[in-house]
Amino acid sequence: MEILMSVIIGVLTTIGVYLTLRARTFPLVMGLTLMSYAVNLFLFATGRLSIGQPAIITDTASGYTDPLPQALVLTAIVISFAMTAFVIMLSLKAHAELGTDQVDGHRDEENVA
Amino acid sequence: MSHLLILPLVLPLLAGTLLLLTRRWLSLDVRRAMNLTATLAQVALAILVLIQVDSGEILVYALGNWPAPYGIVLVGDRLAAWMLLVTSALSSFALLYAIQGTDRGSRHFHPLFQLQLFGLNGAFLTGDLFNLFVFFEVLLLASYGLLLHRGGAERTRAGLHFVALNLVGSTLFLFAAGTLYGTLGTLNLADMAVKVAETPTENLGLVRVGGLLLFGVFALKAAVAPLHLWLPATYAATSAPVAALFAIMTKVGVYCLLRIGTLVFGTDAGPVAGLYADWLLPLALATLILATLGTLAATGLRRQIGYLVLVSVGLLLTALALGSPDATAAGLYYLAHTTFATAAFFLLADLIANGRGSHADRLTPGPVIPAAGLIGGLFFVVALLVAGLPPLSGFVGKLLVLRATLETPIWPGLMAIILISSLLGIIALARSGSLLFLRAEGECSTEPSARPSASRIAPIMGLMGLCLALTIWADPILRFVTETAEQLLRPGYYIQAVLAPDAGRAPS
Repeated sequence: MEILMSVIIGVLTTIGVYLTLRARTFPLVMGLTLMSYAVNLFLFATGRLSIGQPAIITDTASGYTDPLPQALVLTAIVISFAMTAFVIMLSLKAHAELGTDQVDGHRDEENVA
Repeated sequence: MSHLLILPLVLPLLAGTLLLLTRRWLSLDVRRAMNLTATLAQVALAILVLIQVDSGEILVYALGNWPAPYGIVLVGDRLAAWMLLVTSALSSFALLYAIQGTDRGSRHFHPLFQLQLFGLNGAFLTGDLFNLFVFFEVLLLASYGLLLHRGGAERTRAGLHFVALNLVGSTLFLFAAGTLYGTLGTLNLADMAVKVAETPTENLGLVRVGGLLLFGVFALKAAVAPLHLWLPATYAATSAPVAALFAIMTKVGVYCLLRIGTLVFGTDAGPVAGLYADWLLPLALATLILATLGTLAATGLRRQIGYLVLVSVGLLLTALALGSPDATAAGLYYLAHTTFATAAFFLLADLIANGRGSHADRLTPGPVIPAAGLIGGLFFVVALLVAGLPPLSGFVGKLLVLRATLETPIWPGLMAIILISSLLGIIALARSGSLLFLRAEGECSTEPSARPSASRIAPIMGLMGLCLALTIWADPILRFVTETAEQLLRPGYYIQAVLAPDAGRAPS
């Protein structure tokens, strides 16, 4: 399970970084979103991976999973959700004002990576 | 437990919410008065906190009365109080300028202004790493709104870059916080400082990675080279009072570098002690050099001031990187001075651009500015302040930094870089001044809107007055910042105040 998690986080981060470095707003937003997915999974894994363990104290439990990363992930998800909404609105505004979806406002196709 | 420490957070949050709810049915004048009252009240609160902590006491406020390290704590020490005071004083004058007309066009300016202060105050007061992340997001989200206030193509383009960079920065912050939590098992800064010293050898690499990731995030906020490229364009594109308020934004990064660098990776951190100090000095000097070249190359006044902000960041971090009490104290004194001076410069640049018609702030010979004598005089004083020439606070700050470098063996190199950068800064400012004022030709604009009004000059004078106050009362202020530096460099007091609040008050 650890290897699977690591691979997923790694792949998501790689795609995220690649898309963020593209010079158009849509891939940029997608890239930022994928990176925030990667970091959410990463935060989740910082409490160590375990299956079927309770997060709260009960008399019958044989072990516990750390509840704090779950709270952190929840906060991070809410914040990244708001940020994604904001950056989409900003991209639309940029498209309206600059007349192009290139992040520097270049209209020349040759300058676009 | 005194509730004083939570007030700098509750007040702007409530004021911001109230301004948001009433934005449609209260007149602009009433909302301006509300915002100004809330901002001035924060100055009073900052002074109250400062008086409380001046004795050396570290105030700790456990949110929800959950004891540290399980709950989130707010910690008020001398550094936090100093930052609160600088922020609130700066924001008062930025707001005074903004209500001269910048706040028209969007009803959200006033709520965002208070939420920006909420985020800033929170970042300075919190004693928890994840909470610091949350306050970073609050202040960033508010700053995105303020930056884009009134729109325009140039502003939107700069805003898009600023937002994208900071979102990547936030992701890195979360990776760093996750790594540190995964290895240290805590997010409370004081508890982290204890745990980090006991890190088993196999986890040392991970702690270093987490710490340096955090360093990268703070360096991005502080605009340290090579992560500084966003700053001049962003600050040049936004409206003047927002640029003035943003003078504190780079200082948030500097504050975090100082706080984490002295507390978590400070002298008591065992194997990872001085993790930040090794990186800070070369990067600070690189910032200083690149930013100085930028001031010479800039073709617009506001962009030039953006580079001057970077110069100040470089000098500030050079002082803090030296790590001695004297150097840290010099840095803290210079921090307040440079925040006020660059903010005044941004406001003044707006007046100059306003009087030059289509030439705006471009550094080309343009028409004579209305009331050129007064504006030119102000430009001269602000340039003295920013360049660090006698007799004002810039000189005191720079002299203190230079004196502090004498303690290190590499002082000739440091002094050479700082002094040459100062000289080049003076040349750049002299060139701008002569282009804007002495080589002006043609008819002075007769439009009434181009004339600087007294109410726009007053906030600039106010910020200069703060610099003057820093000069006149340099002695008590220096005593305070020296004590602040000593408190910072002995993280034991902070740790004891947070983790063992009943074990007796630490002397200072």
